[in-house]
Amino acid sequence: MMTSKSARLLLEPIVDNNPITLQILGICSALAVTTKVAPAITMSIALTLVLVGASLIISLIRRHMPSSIRIIIQMTIIASLVIVVDEVLKAFAYELSKQLSVFVGLIITNCIVLGRAEAFASKNPPWPSVLDALGHGIGYSVILIGVAAIRELLGSGSLLEVQLLPLVKEGGWYEPNGLMLLAPGAFFIIGLMIWGVRAWKPEQLEKPDYRINILHRTETR
Amino acid sequence: MSVESQLRSITVRTSGVLESLKTLFRLPNDDPRKTLAVALALCLVCSVVVSATAVSLRPLQARNAALALETEVIKVAGLDSAGLSSEEAFARIEKRLVDLDSGRFVDDVDPLTYSYRDAAKNPATSTALDSAAIDRRPDRMPVYLVRQDGQLERIILPVYGAGLWSRMHGLLALAPDGRTAKALTFYEQRETAGLGSDVAGARWLSKWPGKELIDADGEPVILVVKGSVDARAPSAKHRVDGLSGATLTGNGVTNLMRFWLGERGYGPFLAWLTDADRG
Repeated sequence: MMTSKSARLLLEPIVDNNPITLQILGICSALAVTTKVAPAITMSIALTLVLVGASLIISLIRRHMPSSIRIIIQMTIIASLVIVVDEVLKAFAYELSKQLSVFVGLIITNCIVLGRAEAFASKNPPWPSVLDALGHGIGYSVILIGVAAIRELLGSGSLLEVQLLPLVKEGGWYEPNGLMLLAPGAFFIIGLMIWGVRAWKPEQLEKPDYRINILHRTETR
Repeated sequence: MSVESQLRSITVRTSGVLESLKTLFRLPNDDPRKTLAVALALCLVCSVVVSATAVSLRPLQARNAALALETEVIKVAGLDSAGLSSEEAFARIEKRLVDLDSGRFVDDVDPLTYSYRDAAKNPATSTALDSAAIDRRPDRMPVYLVRQDGQLERIILPVYGAGLWSRMHGLLALAPDGRTAKALTFYEQRETAGLGSDVAGARWLSKWPGKELIDADGEPVILVVKGSVDARAPSAKHRVDGLSGATLTGNGVTNLMRFWLGERGYGPFLAWLTDADRG
């Protein structure tokens, strides 16, 4: 069943076309929910579910989408799915839903979801759309959980609430890095990740928009 | 008309409707009729899905919220480290209902089933107010009393009020003198994440214990200042450091504290409770 085309759809967004490091989408939530690993995992699952669900539904009705209202149709479907996910979280993972607070709701405005709906699902059959959505969901999750792991380890000395580095204030040796718990810490880590990925895969480098060229010199040498 | 012919006419009519729906959906996508039909159908389906989820999950969510509130009450009661299970700890806390105007206990309703949020929505059980913190105040509020060997230890008062974006719900634990804060928590708020949302964070809440919220004249004087409190000033015991970047959330806390500890809030109840030490 997994032809090379399907495999590419699924795997390409993980590194080669990653929504965060290449497309630079979904940064807001990548900053906000990554102070700890647990909320990052929940957010990743929630976003992947919404992304796959929205892509599937939009792909199923793609032939009946009037182009004049297609964006609002996509938004309505995404918003409905997000509300459903939010309600389910409140019912079955109350503590987590409180930690994620507004960010689950903000999946609605996460550019990755609408981006995949508009760019892929509305033009392709359901199965490739699901694969594409799943791939992007995984690509987002990998970065999100990676950032969260670094921030939690350096900022709180723990992973998934398990204390790995004993803190100074509890008699250990590790002085936590408070910057990691603040939004700028996430910026630095994501920036370093983008740098790393592009050093590994130079084809991801963007061409500069402008280059300063010397046309003529007025000063004499 | 016989039942059979009625049935037949219904079948004919439904199949007619189906037929016209089919032709509607066979129209080109850019036809305004089709656009309208698609929009309508989408709204119908989405609203049914969303409301079905919300309604079917509500009992579970309400149970979660009640359990979370119990946990918070136990925490501000100072019983969370007493080595008790949460059922045992919650059972040791006395739950009462207070009529705010008279300041006395009322016993005709079970405090555990009473919801002050529902009461605040109902004009028959609430009072409209001109206050910065809240617009309607329920006439009765639940309170929680913690006793040790019959001696009153903590008075726990539910409080709520407007922050910058949201209504913040919290619990305030007072010492038996009815003036000094023992603990504070905000268990529900939707203030700016990372700034105002720190009102619910342990770091800021830990600044509250020991503060004198009410002065000797019975006036609520607590103030969340902008910046930090000058520890040498005599007023320092009535002041709490503000949260940087969240002045308006801090003002909201000041407003709601002053309201709930004042004449229209728990003022009469606290005066009555501490006056004769009715413990």
